[in-house]
Amino acid sequence: MVNLTINNKKICAAEEMTILEAAKQNNILIPHFCSMEGIHQIGSCRICVVEVEGEKTLQASCKIRVKEGMVVYTNTEKVKKARKLLYELMLSDHPKDCLNCTRNQNCEFQRLGEIIQVSESRFEGEKSKPDRDDSSPSIVRDTAKCILCRRCVTVCNDVQEIGVLNVQKRGFHSFVGPAAGLPLNSVNCTYCGQCINVCPVGALQEKDSTQMVWNALYDRNKRVIVQTAPSVRVSLGEEFGYEPGTVVTGKMVTALRDIGFNDVFDTSFGADLTVLEESHELLKRIKNSFLAKQAALPMITSCSPGWIKYFEHVFPERLEHLSTCKSPHMMLGALIKTYYADKIKVNPKDIFVVSVMPCTAKKFEITRPELKNNGFPNVDAVLTTRELARMIKEAGIDFRNLEEGEFDTPLGISAGAGNLFGAAGGVAEAVLRTVYRTVTGRELQPGMVHIRSIKGQEHIKALEVKIENTVEEYRFIDGETLKVAAASGMKGMKAFMEQLEDGTSPYHFIEVMGCPGGCINGGGQPRPSNEYVRKKRMEAVHSIDRGKALRGSHENPAIAKLYEEFLAEPLGKKSGELLHTKYTKRGIYNELI
Amino acid sequence: METISKQYKSKKETDQEKYERIEAMIEEYREKEGSLIQILHMAQEIYGYLPVELQQFIARKLDKPLSEVYGVTTFYSFLSTKPRGEYTIRVCMGTACYVRGGKKIIERLKEVLDIDVGETTADGKFTLEVTRCIGACGLAPAITINDRVYKQVNPDKLKDILKTYY
Ligand code: SF4
Ligand code: SF4
Ligand code: SF4
Repeated sequence: MVNLTINNKKICAAEEMTILEAAKQNNILIPHFCSMEGIHQIGSCRICVVEVEGEKTLQASCKIRVKEGMVVYTNTEKVKKARKLLYELMLSDHPKDCLNCTRNQNCEFQRLGEIIQVSESRFEGEKSKPDRDDSSPSIVRDTAKCILCRRCVTVCNDVQEIGVLNVQKRGFHSFVGPAAGLPLNSVNCTYCGQCINVCPVGALQEKDSTQMVWNALYDRNKRVIVQTAPSVRVSLGEEFGYEPGTVVTGKMVTALRDIGFNDVFDTSFGADLTVLEESHELLKRIKNSFLAKQAALPMITSCSPGWIKYFEHVFPERLEHLSTCKSPHMMLGALIKTYYADKIKVNPKDIFVVSVMPCTAKKFEITRPELKNNGFPNVDAVLTTRELARMIKEAGIDFRNLEEGEFDTPLGISAGAGNLFGAAGGVAEAVLRTVYRTVTGRELQPGMVHIRSIKGQEHIKALEVKIENTVEEYRFIDGETLKVAAASGMKGMKAFMEQLEDGTSPYHFIEVMGCPGGCINGGGQPRPSNEYVRKKRMEAVHSIDRGKALRGSHENPAIAKLYEEFLAEPLGKKSGELLHTKYTKRGIYNELI
Repeated sequence: METISKQYKSKKETDQEKYERIEAMIEEYREKEGSLIQILHMAQEIYGYLPVELQQFIARKLDKPLSEVYGVTTFYSFLSTKPRGEYTIRVCMGTACYVRGGKKIIERLKEVLDIDVGETTADGKFTLEVTRCIGACGLAPAITINDRVYKQVNPDKLKDILKTYY
């Protein structure tokens, strides 16, 4: 601990702290902009400057560590003038389109202006080139609004280890973007959207789908059916002033009906279905490997489209390891336009399926040509959690005072397992429940799963379950230990997956979610999505699972009925047509070469 | 650095041979501190310039994102992503040269060569660039063509100077 004074107040702070952190801990707020706690402190914006006694120049408080006896002033005339000047210079190269910018009222740059009290910019400079890149189905880059804080560069390179974004060129001409000025749809971007979550302004955004959805809703001949992902109900509330982690399922369902959706279904149902198909696929592969010694193991999950695209770019020769299961909302979409369309006697061409997702990569996923059945795309539009909140506001709905609604049947019924898909590790746990039940005839009890972290790879969890006293059909694995790994975030995945190349992977099954923490931290979730918020959302997902009478997907009666009436059996002919898919080889830096 | 790159320099090779030499050079320098800039510099010496394909090759060998490599290439003015001419004309934009007609020389050269600053003529002969003070202030305005310095350049005589390179 060291002692220092900030604004004549004596404080005590841990040695490794920066001035900014020490001040914050003592309720002294230093305006700052580009820094992100714990990940990104490069001092590029210099908004956080302070006066340190004995130093000739102002110091960036996000970079300078506290020292014994340090005397700091955060609000002197000199500091305030400098801050104002810096802000005005940034503003001089900014379009100021606030009124038609989706970040209006939710923009860190605006908020900063309020703190600093700048109402006009004295300098009107030449603008760096406005250059809008809306080539990708997921993400729009509006470089004219970029203030070069480089948070997205840190996230894309260090947090996700993809490296699509970087600073190009120099000085006035510098901009943040992919190599060679290439559009985002021609490089190895995973569309995870993590860069969007940290961008303080409107320079990185999801591609808007709200207009398209409104148009479908206006069309009287369309039956517009919506489904919502498990992680949306635990985050949507934040957009309406609720504490992070508040579960707003009931109000969300009512809001969707009020907006005008004809049916409101739950992607958790699709997740339960995924669990059944994926569990049987896993067992089939394990059987083949035991009996015929030829099967692509470990099998890797396929519900995160950002992860899938990453895998296609980095391991194009190992695609056979990916589960062939479509992601839950695509499965549900395929069923809506077949099974459900038959039930309600509506021609699938008149059905418009909207998925509300925590994810920007899902916007890309629905454009994949293989994700169609009978000529109809499984899903027609994807809205992010943020976009749904915008639509609710646009419709003039008073969210906080809504009644609690319930999902429609039958595609709105879910077990706890399906709901777990919202958080990292959830798919692995859900699949284990069903695999264990299928193989032994007994339900998996919490104490049976042995969980540990892998040394040096703390973001990967290893789960083990001993299989004993199996039913007749699975005698061949009696006494074996089922090994599962669960990871989230793309970081470290390249090294982890290299075990596939040399065949040394000890696992049978690996869950990977493209975003750190899983869908609760997806690229379409409300901002900010920081550590505290992520933790709260994660807890909320687990509380939903615990609150369900039905824990395992195989216990979901609506799923049982679906197999009975329509699909016949997991991995059967109908499932193969509707619920499974194939993958594309892509280049390491480019979309195709 | 100069001598090292010389050692890798030779004329009339096929692209494949050039790539092979670049690969060998990468192997030798990859572990060194700040190797990316050095490697790019030497690759440019070998290949003449740094097209995206070559940067992709280097990025892959170094296991780095292409955007990072490209960021470095476009940050340093001595690295070029476009083919360079046989001769590089650099017009000094130091204060002395600037006030004594440097700007006019650029305008004239752009006109005569029919290219912009940073570009190369269609016949691959000349690349036009501006440079910071080259220390010939007493005899401004100055330009260099490859290693040769021309002082007190008269814009009307530019054509005659260029002629000597054909
Ligand atoms: S990014 Fe912020 S400051 Fe810029 S136009 Fe949008 S709302 Fe306004
Ligand atoms: S979406 Fe993901 S991969 Fe693409 S640029 Fe953003 S952070 Fe990088
Ligand atoms: S795009 Fe956004 S996050 Fe990236 S540098 Fe620009 S302002 Fe910062």
